[in-house]
Amino acid sequence: MSEVLLNVRNLRVTYPGDDGDFRAVRNVSFSLGRERLGIVGESGSGKSTTGRAIMGLVQRPGRIEADELTLFDKQGGKTDLRAMSERGFRALRGQRLAMVLQDPKYSLDPVMRVGDQIAETHRAHLRSSKAEAYKASLDMLNAVHIRDPERVYGMYPHQVSGGMGQRIMIAMMLIAGPDILIADEPTSALDVTVQTQVLAIMDDLVQRRGMGLILISHNLHLVSSFCDRVLVMYAGQVVETCEAGKLHEATHPYTRGLLAALPQLGNRRHELPQLQRDPAWAADL
Amino acid sequence: MPSWIAGVAKGAASIVVTLLGLLAITFFMGRMLPIDPVISIVGEQADKATYDMVYHRLGLDKTLLTQFLLYMRDMLSGEFGEALFTGNKVSVDLARVFPATIELASFAIAIGIGVGVPLGILAAVYRGTALDHIARFVGLLGYSSPTFWLGLMGLIVFYAALGLVAGPGRIDVAYIDMFEPQTGLLLLDAAMQGEWEVFGNVFRHIVLPGSILGYASMAYISRMTRSFMLEQLGQEYIIAARVKGMSRWRVVRRHALRNILVQLVTVIALAYAFLLEGAVLTETVFAWPGFGRYLTSGLLAGDMNAVLACVLIIGLIFVGLNLLADLLYRLLDPRTR
Ligand SMILES: Nc1ncnc2c1ncn2[C@@H]1O[C@H](COP(=O)(O)OP(=O)(O)OP(=O)(O)O)[C@@H](O)[C@H]1O
Ligand SMILES: [Mg+2]
Repeated sequence: MSEVLLNVRNLRVTYPGDDGDFRAVRNVSFSLGRERLGIVGESGSGKSTTGRAIMGLVQRPGRIEADELTLFDKQGGKTDLRAMSERGFRALRGQRLAMVLQDPKYSLDPVMRVGDQIAETHRAHLRSSKAEAYKASLDMLNAVHIRDPERVYGMYPHQVSGGMGQRIMIAMMLIAGPDILIADEPTSALDVTVQTQVLAIMDDLVQRRGMGLILISHNLHLVSSFCDRVLVMYAGQVVETCEAGKLHEATHPYTRGLLAALPQLGNRRHELPQLQRDPAWAADL
Repeated sequence: MPSWIAGVAKGAASIVVTLLGLLAITFFMGRMLPIDPVISIVGEQADKATYDMVYHRLGLDKTLLTQFLLYMRDMLSGEFGEALFTGNKVSVDLARVFPATIELASFAIAIGIGVGVPLGILAAVYRGTALDHIARFVGLLGYSSPTFWLGLMGLIVFYAALGLVAGPGRIDVAYIDMFEPQTGLLLLDAAMQGEWEVFGNVFRHIVLPGSILGYASMAYISRMTRSFMLEQLGQEYIIAARVKGMSRWRVVRRHALRNILVQLVTVIALAYAFLLEGAVLTETVFAWPGFGRYLTSGLLAGDMNAVLACVLIIGLIFVGLNLLADLLYRLLDPRTR
């Protein structure tokens, strides 16, 4: 891990509710370089919320607090995201920070051609002409391995398959060349071959352009083989951070439980062991 | 686009079926009502010979089926018979009163859309703020006040007390000869002929009843716009558009608004139909020589020809508006193509 792109210290996200506040993210800290950082954790552990908080897009009445939330640029300049105005965030989103949302089916505008949705990002940030944006969008569709981009450009979201939708989403988020991409389960709707392709596209961007990637996933196997480092989240907290290659050496009982629960080829067990949760894991660290 | 053509064909078929239904209903209404059509023509004192002659001329001695077929032929060719209470052919009367109502309802819907849609959008975007509450209150008021009461109050305040607007009717007598109505929509006629003085007078007449009718539809349209908008603003694709770095208003305009357009079209068509309905009361209060008042007078005079023709036309308008909304729906929503 080389220079730092993003520094997060004690990030907290709270949703006020009728019976007290709900702390969806509790004191999450990490820093991201030009690398692939994985976040795993069970459903509801706060993975997406962490991503959204970095984008400044936690829906009201949710609150974001942090001791530090800093974005670094190539020249070493710092941007404090906590003090960022909506207008300031707008300039960052898409261009420096981007996020592929979890569900491509609902993340594309149903009444706008998918190509126009990709071009829209380009036009908003690069102040390009219609023709330039069109051209760039076709290139981007090509880059995410979509065959016949001219035809796909004119399709509506209900006409594309789940896997195409996910790649279109990725194209839409990458077209303005962000420094950091948060990919929220970007491969969950894809079959294994397409999944490999999509991961390769993102890997290429990290290697070639020095992009920082945060890959959110349920899939422990995938994260450990693809990422450099892994954060394990449980009930809103990071319970363990480790090198991806050394995940099998993880010490936290929750991570060990997850590892033990993975089905393994060639090792026939009649029943997958169930994860026994310990209430102590949810206590504030 | 074969499914598109199928949609149009289905629409056309539904129009034919509805039309047949309407004709059957109006026909049997005409037979079943305790009004003897012969007596309303010849009068109570007519002798038997005259009565029989008219009875025969009206075709009442033929079988019911023949009568219905004849009735259908007449109605479909716009031959609605004579309106006894005006002495004109019903078709001639309708050509005169219809534009008056259309003009009033269109004025009102323009207000309903022009104010209601932006208000609904603002209320949704600024949900829970003072602006939202004010918009809701204004809407609720429009919802719950009867239009005829608002009409009377409006006349008392703006016409009688303040003299800001003109009184009942569509135009002052002094202006009638200053231009030649062509479409029957007086604002349009006056504007096309460059008669701005006439235009001003017509405007001063239409502004009060038009605004009062428009208020009711504005309340409806803004409430629906707000709820459609709220639904869209909660969708993931809105967040996705924000992630791309678009401003809140740009997201509203380019994404959310386009998505609610589909539903809004239906609401606006409905609002327009309500307006034509609401015009009956408003026209009475404002002595507006339109369709609603014509229907009321026809009913009070027991004039079957006029009433049946009106019922038929109202039915046709509803079907037509529905079909139009359906067509626009197909045009606006790629998923239905
Ligand atoms: N707008 C909101 N209001 C209230 N609570 C919310 C809101 N959004 C998320 N939460 C809660 O925050 C917690 C974390 O949600 P989040 O979506 O971050 O989970 P996740 O780890 O991404 O789960 P998944 O793997 O299912 O996507 C959940 O318990 C969720 O119910
Ligand atoms: Mg999630």
